[in-house]
Amino acid sequence: MTAVTDPMSIPAARPQRKTPKGTFDIVFRNASFGSALLVLVLLAGIMISMIIGGWPAFREMGLGFITSSVWDTQNDQYGAWPAIVGTLSTALIALLVGVPLSLGIAVFLTQLAPPWFKQPVSTTIELLAAVPSIIYGMWGLFVFVPLFAAYVQQPVSRVVEGMPIVGTIFYAASPSGLGILSAGIILAFMIIPFIASIVRDMLDQIPSVLRESAYGIGATTWEVVRHVLVPQAGVSIIGAIMLGLGRALGETMAVTFVVGNANRLSASIMDPGSTIASRIANEFNEAIGLQLNALIALGCILFFVTFVVLVIARILVARVKAF
Amino acid sequence: MSMATPSTVRALPPSTWGRVRQSRRAADRAMKIIATGFTLLAITVLFWILGMLIVKGVGGLSIATFTQTMPGPGSEGGGLANAIVGSVVLTFLGIAVATPVGVLAGTYLAEYGKGSKLADLIRFINDILLSAPSILIGLFVYVILVEPLGGYSGWAGGVALGIIAIPVIVRTTEDMLRLVPGPLREAGSALGAPPSVVITSITWKAAKSGMVTGILLALARIAGETAPLIFTALNNSFWFSPTLLGGVSNLPVTIYQFASAPYENWQQLAWAGSLIITLSILVLSLVARRIVAGGK
Repeated sequence: MTAVTDPMSIPAARPQRKTPKGTFDIVFRNASFGSALLVLVLLAGIMISMIIGGWPAFREMGLGFITSSVWDTQNDQYGAWPAIVGTLSTALIALLVGVPLSLGIAVFLTQLAPPWFKQPVSTTIELLAAVPSIIYGMWGLFVFVPLFAAYVQQPVSRVVEGMPIVGTIFYAASPSGLGILSAGIILAFMIIPFIASIVRDMLDQIPSVLRESAYGIGATTWEVVRHVLVPQAGVSIIGAIMLGLGRALGETMAVTFVVGNANRLSASIMDPGSTIASRIANEFNEAIGLQLNALIALGCILFFVTFVVLVIARILVARVKAF
Repeated sequence: MSMATPSTVRALPPSTWGRVRQSRRAADRAMKIIATGFTLLAITVLFWILGMLIVKGVGGLSIATFTQTMPGPGSEGGGLANAIVGSVVLTFLGIAVATPVGVLAGTYLAEYGKGSKLADLIRFINDILLSAPSILIGLFVYVILVEPLGGYSGWAGGVALGIIAIPVIVRTTEDMLRLVPGPLREAGSALGAPPSVVITSITWKAAKSGMVTGILLALARIAGETAPLIFTALNNSFWFSPTLLGGVSNLPVTIYQFASAPYENWQQLAWAGSLIITLSILVLSLVARRIVAGGK
């Protein structure tokens, strides 16, 4: 019997050896859990701090904070309307220019590029995302803006001057190259790598049987893309576009360099304007009192707009896993 | 594969049978030319930006750029030594904040919380933080750290950069841990190792190169961030205090302030700084990619 009881006595000795490891186990588990919770706390913290920091401005201005176009630091009157319109219009231009480019690039990478060529081109496109925002600003201000003024703004302004509607939208009062349209075009290049790489991955995930059978019945590459791949990728392409939109809405430094930073609202996209982010970056360090609250309140609006856009984007992109 | 139903594949009308019609061929060729052209355009922009930085930045690079501090208004010469050191300090501070939190949170999502509703929520929120505008994170740190403590500081800058880096590290850590095959973990557990030991000495080790890649990518992501630093570390024309209280000089904000300044040596330094920062980030990104490619 001793032979049997001897091993039985081992469990008595075991807890002693196990205890230190057991403590580490619990600490490690809780540290991981705490770190994961911190991600939630961060987002909640950003939301709460924006609301509290901006509250005095919301209270003081009421609904006028959103609808008013007056931004007068002397009399403490703040209206966010021009910045909101500027943010939305630059982001919209960025999508109009950037989405076709991104889709074209994704189609090139997945359907047209020879295999040895695909990887280097993919990397190059993704490196566009690694270039810091401020460098896009430098390129925009010192390279793009002068060219844009000379070859687009001035000729277009000469042609459309006096025309109804078109003249209002495209006429530049002072063709300096700075403005909403320039900012939108720079933003377009900044969001291309994000949209293009997601769409590329989605097109790659589509079972090749589908493509092959379409080719098998004699479809051309364009018809395969248009009638097979795009309907298959479906809503997740919209998700990728929304993700790009989220980027474009909050982009700061590049826009601050090229948007012109004008506080008034202009009907022309060739004229200088401002976005929420550019105004915060411009005025923050000199702001005191209610102006500071008004800037944080602008941040609060930006937070909620981008939050909604990004939530929709992530839900739509997540659907791709259904493949 | 249920998606593979022909409902989305519209049948081509019988008239298109046989030879490919001219119009279809034209549409196909047009699409190919457009897609190739768009790709060329995007590549051109990247090389245009790099070319601009080299042409304008190399002239401003000299020994003095790395040894002297930033010049005052109207004074000759000067360098970026304090801004470069400040940037390195802030970036590593950010990584030091983000790495433990990011790795542990990623570990929770991949190991402990696998399949739980809470983990799904955290993963979703993390993806949103990943693309949240960095300016908002700067404002957030201003409200919680700068305003209560009564001044700009390098610590606030480091925390802001850390918050931007966390989601990147969480995401890559989780993805990399998920690639580690389950039997490896089971083998560890069978030897009697508790979960923490299995994770630290088996799973982490197996996923090491991927996790390092995540940290490098986070480093590349925050090294050029400007907007959050404007509200937290601000800038400093002189050597910053070793306690990191008060403004801490850094490259991105210096570039922002010098780029459109009226002094020629300031503009020169802004270009030199842009070249230094962009090349460092591109090299970092490429190295991170090589590690991933080598790991496969």
